[in-house]
Amino acid sequence: MRIDVDGVHVTLAGSDVLQAVDVSVEAGRLVGLVGPNGAGKTTLLRTITAALDPDDGAVFVGDEDVHGLSSRSASRRLASVPQKTTLDFEFTVREVVEMGRHPHRSRFGGTDDDSAVVDDALERAEVASLADRAVTTLSGGERQRVLLARALAQDAPVLVLDEPTASLDVHHQIRTLGLVRALVDDGRTGIAAIHDLDLAARYCDSLVLVADGRVLAAGPPEAVLTTDRLRDAFGADAVVTQDPVTQTPRVTVRDVDDTTTGGGSPVVDAHVHVVGGTNHVADSLPALADAVAELTVGPVLTGSPDEQVATSLGLDPVSVEPYTTGAEPGVDEASRLGGSAAVVVVPSTVPSGRVPERIRESAERVVEPGPETSPTQLLAAIEALLNRPMQSEELTAD
Amino acid sequence: MVRQGVQTGSWLVGLTGLLAAVVVLSATIGAVPIAWQEVAHIIAAVVPWFSTSAPASHQTIVLQVRLPRIALGAAVGFGLASAGTVMQGFFRNPMADPSIIGVSSGAAVGAVAVIVAPVAIPFGLPIAAFVGAVAAGFGVYLLATQDGRTPVATLLLAGVAIQTFLGAVVSFLLVHAGWELREAVYWLMGHLSDASWDKFGLAAVVSLVCFALLYAFARDLNVLLFGEEDAHALGIEVETTKRILLAVSSIMTAAAVAVAGVIGFVGLIVPHGMRLLVGPDHRILLPTSALAGASFLVAADTVARSLTSPLPVGIVTAFVGAPFFLYLLRTREVTSL
Repeated sequence: MRIDVDGVHVTLAGSDVLQAVDVSVEAGRLVGLVGPNGAGKTTLLRTITAALDPDDGAVFVGDEDVHGLSSRSASRRLASVPQKTTLDFEFTVREVVEMGRHPHRSRFGGTDDDSAVVDDALERAEVASLADRAVTTLSGGERQRVLLARALAQDAPVLVLDEPTASLDVHHQIRTLGLVRALVDDGRTGIAAIHDLDLAARYCDSLVLVADGRVLAAGPPEAVLTTDRLRDAFGADAVVTQDPVTQTPRVTVRDVDDTTTGGGSPVVDAHVHVVGGTNHVADSLPALADAVAELTVGPVLTGSPDEQVATSLGLDPVSVEPYTTGAEPGVDEASRLGGSAAVVVVPSTVPSGRVPERIRESAERVVEPGPETSPTQLLAAIEALLNRPMQSEELTAD
Repeated sequence: MVRQGVQTGSWLVGLTGLLAAVVVLSATIGAVPIAWQEVAHIIAAVVPWFSTSAPASHQTIVLQVRLPRIALGAAVGFGLASAGTVMQGFFRNPMADPSIIGVSSGAAVGAVAVIVAPVAIPFGLPIAAFVGAVAAGFGVYLLATQDGRTPVATLLLAGVAIQTFLGAVVSFLLVHAGWELREAVYWLMGHLSDASWDKFGLAAVVSLVCFALLYAFARDLNVLLFGEEDAHALGIEVETTKRILLAVSSIMTAAAVAVAGVIGFVGLIVPHGMRLLVGPDHRILLPTSALAGASFLVAADTVARSLTSPLPVGIVTAFVGAPFFLYLLRTREVTSL
């Protein structure tokens, strides 16, 4: 059953919380809603479950407008896992999960026929061992899994989850999203607000980036999670690389001290070329990219962190395949860039050999940072070198 | 499921037995002591095929003097405790009671107005109290409703405001009351001394019909405890359900107050205590609270009328109820407010 959010506009207490939001979730897909706090993710989910009525626009689940459905028929289509709920009364976990069957029960009907569904839900959400405990005695993470079990007992084709992993430990985050993923692979449709971008990228088929009540981007995770979009949405400087284990995008938000970069104007007004490797310059590149007017990188090995970080920063690095030598056209290109640069950075950790040697020969000035050299020290060395013509500087750790 | 069914059954059988015992024991107490076996015989003899050898004077005392009052107490306690249970669930607050939305204050205005009025109106008092109660409840509901939605917090605050306002109206009427002041104050304290089989009939019919309606919503009440948004997501028409629960429990409270005055604490203490014993599930909480409420009020009224100078039962319930309430507050960690 697909979900179509069609031009939804929501005003809460006089302020526009959602503006002209369009989101589509194909049947059998899991879509992640990402975005900063206060972006409108929860409001969008509440509008989808018809807990909120939009001022304009409509939400279709299957081919029905959910806001025109009775609560009962809506609850047979959509099961939702709220971020928080009132669990102050001493129901047992099993009783809470049984309430998920409410949409399927008649007012005077029996209740015994669906105990198998309840058992299964308890089992799948890994709360069967808590079944006889009072919900008031559970931890936040356990409560969240009980709410997931309640939604599973509801047995609806569409799952709507608001931060289902917010208070879970690392293990249960993975188990919970893995379960949601499995349910979606079984044919259900899911939409989830997930604040952890890496988890969202790992488990969702596509992401919708929401900021300030609007959809900034929608599509596959690697298309949505880019440095530019993350800056627009979160106002944060982030580097997107690929997680070596999951092969999905990994977002690293940088701890940027705004005073060192002088609010965006470059500190080094020259062309600097950086010789990379596999993981030799990845840590310095973000700071260099901020401070240097023209930065080129190469060669870096294809698929290496050096290449990923450079690409994420929009530097268009010169990549070479591993296990090749100087004949490679990429090395020629890197030598050409090194030759035209005012300063070439050759980390001392880059294995010496023909490639770095060729570039070093063509360079005007060379800086050789050691393994302990911080990006700030490196920048200072580049600046110092530019003021002293035609010299080479070897940096060592303090 | 099965285990729970058995549990519910034994609670109901036990509490019904308790009610029967309290009724019989209460009927033995009074100016003329009558043995409990004799009382049991006299009550059984009401059913055809049974007969009793008890003296006629004892039969009159039990059937015409004591039992109407006991039965009325049971019906009123049953109604107040049921309405209290529903209000606590509805407001998701175990400190709520049936008068929280101004029903009792409305009844008080109606009743006191009739008492201090210069002309006597037959059956005027219960009718005026009932009309006042329902009007106040409905007024609070209208005040708290905007765009078809009635937020529970607004309802609570509107109830507080209306109670204060109607309290002022009652005070005004009392200031201008003459000889009727004593009667009015006595009514306001809540008492069962004007009991009759007619009043019992009225209270019992309203209580039972309302109880049946409320019980049909027991499962919805359970789901509503999660909050309105969750309840909606679980298939409950929240506003409609709230309207029905509010109307039915207001009518139930109004009927109880109309025949017995403002008896406090029954609708607060009994559901609260039963929740500790049987848990929050309204399918068992509602009937057990109703039965326990009946027993509690009969017992309290027995104490009230057997003292050397009889008291309005409202004083006894408050006297017993308030310390018990404080005991609950101090011994239990109150996390659920």
